[in-house]
Amino acid sequence: MTTAPDPRIAPRLVLRGITKRYPAVVANDNVNLEVRAGEIHALLGENGAGKSTLMKIVYGVTKPDAGTIVWEGQPVHIGSPAEARRLGIGMVFQHFSLFETLTVAENISLALDERIAPEQLASRIRDVSENYGLPVDPNRLVHSMSVGERQRVEIVRCLLQSPKLLIMDEPTSVLTPQAVLKLFETLRRLASEGCSILYISHKLDEIKALCDTATVLRAGRVTGTAIPSQETPESLARMMIGSELPECHLQPRAQGETRLALDRLSLATLDPFGVTLREIGLSVRGGEIVGIAGVSGNGQKELLTALSGESTTDKADMVSIMDRPAGRLDPAQRRRLGLTFVPEERLGRGAVPALSLADNALLTGSSRGMVRQGVIRHATVREFARRVIERFKVKCKSEQAAASSLSGGNLQKFIVGRETMLEPKVIVVAQPTWGVDIGASMLIRQALIDLRDRGVAVLVISEELDELFMISDRIAVMAQGRLSRAVPAAETSLEQIGAWMSGMFETGQAAADA
Amino acid sequence: MLKLEPRQEPSRVMSYASPLIAVALTLFTGYLLFSFLGKDPAQAFYVFFVKPLDTRYGVGELFLKATPLMLCATGLALGFRANVWNIGAEGQLVVGAIVGGGIALLLQDVQAGWLLPLMLAGGVLGGMAWAAIPAFLRVRFHTNEILVSLMLVYVAKLLLSYFVHGPWRDPEGYNFPQSRMFHEAALLPVLVEGVRTTWAFVIALLLAGLSWVFAEKTFAGFRLKVSGLAPGAASYAGFSEKRNVWLALLIGGATAGLAGIAEVAGPIGQLQPVVSPGYGFAAIIVAFVGRLNPLGVVLASLLMSLLYLGGETAQIHLALPSAVTGVFQGVLLFYLLAADLFIHFRLRWSPAQPAAVPKATALA
Repeated sequence: MTTAPDPRIAPRLVLRGITKRYPAVVANDNVNLEVRAGEIHALLGENGAGKSTLMKIVYGVTKPDAGTIVWEGQPVHIGSPAEARRLGIGMVFQHFSLFETLTVAENISLALDERIAPEQLASRIRDVSENYGLPVDPNRLVHSMSVGERQRVEIVRCLLQSPKLLIMDEPTSVLTPQAVLKLFETLRRLASEGCSILYISHKLDEIKALCDTATVLRAGRVTGTAIPSQETPESLARMMIGSELPECHLQPRAQGETRLALDRLSLATLDPFGVTLREIGLSVRGGEIVGIAGVSGNGQKELLTALSGESTTDKADMVSIMDRPAGRLDPAQRRRLGLTFVPEERLGRGAVPALSLADNALLTGSSRGMVRQGVIRHATVREFARRVIERFKVKCKSEQAAASSLSGGNLQKFIVGRETMLEPKVIVVAQPTWGVDIGASMLIRQALIDLRDRGVAVLVISEELDELFMISDRIAVMAQGRLSRAVPAAETSLEQIGAWMSGMFETGQAAADA
Repeated sequence: MLKLEPRQEPSRVMSYASPLIAVALTLFTGYLLFSFLGKDPAQAFYVFFVKPLDTRYGVGELFLKATPLMLCATGLALGFRANVWNIGAEGQLVVGAIVGGGIALLLQDVQAGWLLPLMLAGGVLGGMAWAAIPAFLRVRFHTNEILVSLMLVYVAKLLLSYFVHGPWRDPEGYNFPQSRMFHEAALLPVLVEGVRTTWAFVIALLLAGLSWVFAEKTFAGFRLKVSGLAPGAASYAGFSEKRNVWLALLIGGATAGLAGIAEVAGPIGQLQPVVSPGYGFAAIIVAFVGRLNPLGVVLASLLMSLLYLGGETAQIHLALPSAVTGVFQGVLLFYLLAADLFIHFRLRWSPAQPAAVPKATALA
């Protein structure tokens, strides 16, 4: 007979030697990790370091190739998320899976393992949400809720099952700074009641503020464990990226004439859950970077298509590029006016996955001498692609490598490189560093600053507030399809921008009209 | 156990080997089929694949039947690469025959050298006009070009039937539903004496070469390719979807129309109720067996042509039904699609999963 270890003493979760190989990479290489009851444990690492794979293994989504999972002293095999939930493991994913046309209670009822009618659930949802300071109305339809509210629904769903371990995957990437503080309060409260929390993030300041202990992953391996409160962001960053945090510099400079202007830009959306743009006013001058902050899903996608020309506006003068009304021009015509554009999606939009990097240079570079009388000049195209690869240190076999063979960060370097080296007069960049490692992020940001210093008008739309404060001359906020006035970055603060992100601001159009 | 797992990147080897594997498997199936029918497989293969080619005339027939297949498939392949699914090449071929043939019948007194080029141009325009219908409906009303182009095949056939039964019926033809034979100036000259192959075969080869240049060297070809591979990237880059749909369908219609007029101004020599034994449909198989690549299309159309010829000799010498040609076409496409799976996937032998809970075993 055996003596079961006392669950009060044994750590809640121990991972030993977890290894997971994919055809191209080793996502986890002999990873060890230990979480105690009531501990908030950070899993820190760059994109692609293997954090999400490790958590999917714990939650039963992915099976490890080797290694053991010990749950409250007992070795376990977690074959599916349902088994994980039975053990008391809950997970809040980075991207939610809620049905927009159903109510909160209906959604939660569908997601629970036991069958409980939505009506009976409503009171339990109310209890839990009030108890933890997560106000959620069970009868509200999900499509009317903000991203932050949806995240609350997901958390409440997990809490209804009284988890012993809650996994949170990059929870703050969709929240305003104020909402982040509230979330932290809830998490601390949960931890004080004995629930363990595994908190995945690459944001050093958050981890310092919230977590008791941290395990740092780099390229699938554990590179260290730390007590975040005793570390500095620099020392954590060293563990995470293996070198010093690179920096980029924004020197004040004189600004030129207005090159991109939006005047009362309104655009009704065709998507029932899309966002209608309302009276957006903004101007971007040559030699400045204007950043647009905001939680995604507030009209950024719609604004981007109106800027690129993939949707056209009713009146031509709602969008002006280089003083020319451009609202009714298609993307190719706008490019001819000097606009280049880095979209949010890389594969399938910014680049054709199956084609070579050279062909992908031709995708947007056709007006720059790469085509003569309808015939492609392949030598010129390859030469241009090689220059992009060299200047932006794109890791690839050659310019003939397929775009799909590059990592996300490398492909982004190529796309940003291509769009900046097309010598734009105006450049619009969406989420420049999404999923890009820190080193490459700094290279991309510096490239945007260099463009600005050469007199180009740069518009950046990003969810990363830190990034916007790092590179923007002026910052505006997008919320519910409206855009705030753009204020000089030096004269505003994280708090003010955060407050604006909930929609309480004077619009840029109002400021322009006054 | 055997596991089918996605490859990291599509296998280049497999994408070229797949048609060869499909041909080999088709031959093997043919072997079984012939054995089952009580024929000596070796003799049947000889009759099917070798005998048709043992005379100069036979080789000429191979090129003759390959011509319309090559023409149609060349145009279709360009469209398929752009994800525009023109299934109605057969109808465009028929309309090409009607328009080009109509010119020959209306200008039966003209002996001038410009008549034949005019007829070919008429055939091309007729095919394009027929393909313009699904193009317009797709661009304007978002209809599905597969259905529209396919249904128009039947309309085109009925249209031809109307002309040969009605206004263009040969008054001296004993009431047979067919037109007057075209006069000398309205017929395509043969390549060399003793075969029926016309200059249309050379035109088809030239067009295949031209389509390679178009796809690889021109920006319009690049736009078509991008809109097929990644529609999102095409709209991001500002390539108009409408223009691509029009272009893809018009090119397909033009080559199919040319195939149609080349048939009636070539081996047939008049308008009949049926001017094609399904070349427009077989060309879809040809395009895919040829990997949507011009050189591949040339080879695949020769193979498909051999299947037509073999089917005919098999009827004569083995007393097999004509359906045997259709069987071979179908089997070939079936194996090709199956083999194509392995371009993106591979089979792997993986040992059975180790016991999930190893700790609970050592109890004796």
